[in-house]
Amino acid sequence: MWARAGRRVLRAPRGGCRGFASPAGSPGKAGGGGVSAGREAGRAALETGRIAREVVEHLERLALVDFGGPEAVARLERAVAFADRLRAVDTDGVQPLESVLEDRCLYLRSDNVVEGNCAEELLQNSHRVVEEYFVAPPGNISLPKLDEQEPFSQS
Amino acid sequence: MLGRTLREVSAALKQGQITPTELCLKCLSLIKKTKFLNAYITVSEEVALKQAEESEKRYKKGHSLGDLDGIPVAVKDNFSTSGIETTCASNMLKGYVPPYNATVVQKLLDQGALLMGKTNLDEFAMGSGSTDGIFGPVKNPWSYSKQYREKRKQKPHGENEETNWLITGGSSGGSAAAVSAFTCFAALGSDTGGSTRNPAAHCGVVGLKPSYGLVSRHGLIPLVNSMDVPGILTRCVDDAATVLGVLAGHDCKDSTTVQDPVKSFILPSLTDVSKLCIGIPKEYLVPELSSEVQSLWSKAAKLFESEGAKVIEVSLPHTSYSIVCYHVLCTSEVASNMARFDGLEYGHRCDINVSTEAMYAATRREGFNDVVRGRILSGNFFLLKENYENYFIKAQKVRRLIANDFVNVFNSGVDVLLTPTTLSEAVPYMEFIKEDNRTRSAQGDIFTQAVNMAGLPAVSVPMALSNQGLPIGLQFIGRAFCDQQLLTVAKWFEKQVQFPVIQLQEIMGDCSSVFENDLASVSLKQ
Repeated sequence: MWARAGRRVLRAPRGGCRGFASPAGSPGKAGGGGVSAGREAGRAALETGRIAREVVEHLERLALVDFGGPEAVARLERAVAFADRLRAVDTDGVQPLESVLEDRCLYLRSDNVVEGNCAEELLQNSHRVVEEYFVAPPGNISLPKLDEQEPFSQS
Repeated sequence: MLGRTLREVSAALKQGQITPTELCLKCLSLIKKTKFLNAYITVSEEVALKQAEESEKRYKKGHSLGDLDGIPVAVKDNFSTSGIETTCASNMLKGYVPPYNATVVQKLLDQGALLMGKTNLDEFAMGSGSTDGIFGPVKNPWSYSKQYREKRKQKPHGENEETNWLITGGSSGGSAAAVSAFTCFAALGSDTGGSTRNPAAHCGVVGLKPSYGLVSRHGLIPLVNSMDVPGILTRCVDDAATVLGVLAGHDCKDSTTVQDPVKSFILPSLTDVSKLCIGIPKEYLVPELSSEVQSLWSKAAKLFESEGAKVIEVSLPHTSYSIVCYHVLCTSEVASNMARFDGLEYGHRCDINVSTEAMYAATRREGFNDVVRGRILSGNFFLLKENYENYFIKAQKVRRLIANDFVNVFNSGVDVLLTPTTLSEAVPYMEFIKEDNRTRSAQGDIFTQAVNMAGLPAVSVPMALSNQGLPIGLQFIGRAFCDQQLLTVAKWFEKQVQFPVIQLQEIMGDCSSVFENDLASVSLKQ
């Protein structure tokens, strides 16, 4: 029910930029009341077909991969526009399909150790090890925001 | 000898007409001669010769391991091979040497196959041209064939030669080129959206995508866990069945392999197709389909009909959404699967040591190309909390509708579906790169990805040459776990169409002797 209402409200405007449906809250809610400021900004930007800077930064943090430039953002926008075509499909009452083997039972192996003890082999593939440890830089430092970052060394 | 089928060569080896070492040396020599195709990333010469030596000992004692003993094969570079560099054509894994063999590789080795090398691909198998890897693009052997050259009325060493070469299709282009150019008898590819069938069609070879769950994915560097399968490329359908027989079966290291007992894959020679029902999905007739492919598709349908089969038009109503659905699910699963590449345990690592996040970010920027990064970012977008329901879950629901379309069609009595594999014949590289990877993938995968979403088996069989002298293949899609039936129909079709052998003598130079019939007779026990 809510999905239908949502579709009517969020239909893409004719011509020009596509509107993106950010969901009307979570399933069950009809309106968009109570969205966070960040999401609001994201939604407003999405409705013009462009992806907001906050979303870009958020994605870079989550993916730990940077866009590298406006072309990449444009590419993402085109990818999202492409994905929006799914809206036209009526999926009322359809369950998501996770695996084509869903009708089968996942089996269990017997709980016996049959392999392992290969620490040395595995450590060989790493660039930085100390004894039997993989060495990582300190972990409690967040990635600086885009405008705060030092340019990374090009290699 | 190199132009023969796997079974014929196997028989020749058993009868002592040729030794594994001789065979291995011939293939290695041909690999060197065809180096310009860029089909191989790594040629494992020493390994192959050692394996050939051992195979020879077995043959001398009369203890051959089976049909694949002593047979040169190649493996796509996204399968882990113990002691042999496995790069996925990416800077992220350049120099990475796995400590184990993928299950399918192990199975081939256990049968005595000779591993000639690792073949080139699109980076991390993302692409439909085999053009986006760090080792450069793969060239389609048909670019240099007599059949193509004659049609273009080119002089052998004209100035167009270097710039007008054709793509192989992808992402298993290296494997397809390796098989097409006779450097091996079978090659492993991977198929997530058509990556085995697409290059097979463009390179004039057989490309088989087995049912999901039939062949183990352990050791195949994953792209989309719910759709990936290892693919098989060979020069004829019987050979593909032989290899499938070796690879199929439950693997306790891959929990998505089914535990059903493995049926035989020996293919009967069908003479009577009157009990067969072939379905032609009408939604696959898209405006972008080239008229040549369309006419061959019609011709194939008429062929079945004229031989007594029932040929009916069927409908897969959600076809037009299939590529979009695939795009969302693929990028989402890719975003998740690529998260393992952080530089800590294996693969490339950058020099930055300020923090883990900074190190991960720089490592991943340096290690991945634009295509991979683009897909990771798209996938993460679709997986954001505010988008999850509308994109990812939505796509999963559409996936069920697509899979159900196939179920409905097969339940209505259709045995096998017949569709084109690609929109057209192989295009020149210069043409292909005018559009970006996502657009090309959407075009290249259009007929093939729905099959991956439904987990069904499918095979591309070369049918005929285009007006330009280039191969065009058609796709057969079967019911889940009915791979043997599918291949039986494909084998019948292959026999009917008699697709011509590629003529590469011009560039092979003094290797042309490999194509001569240097055997008086080879007896085959059927």
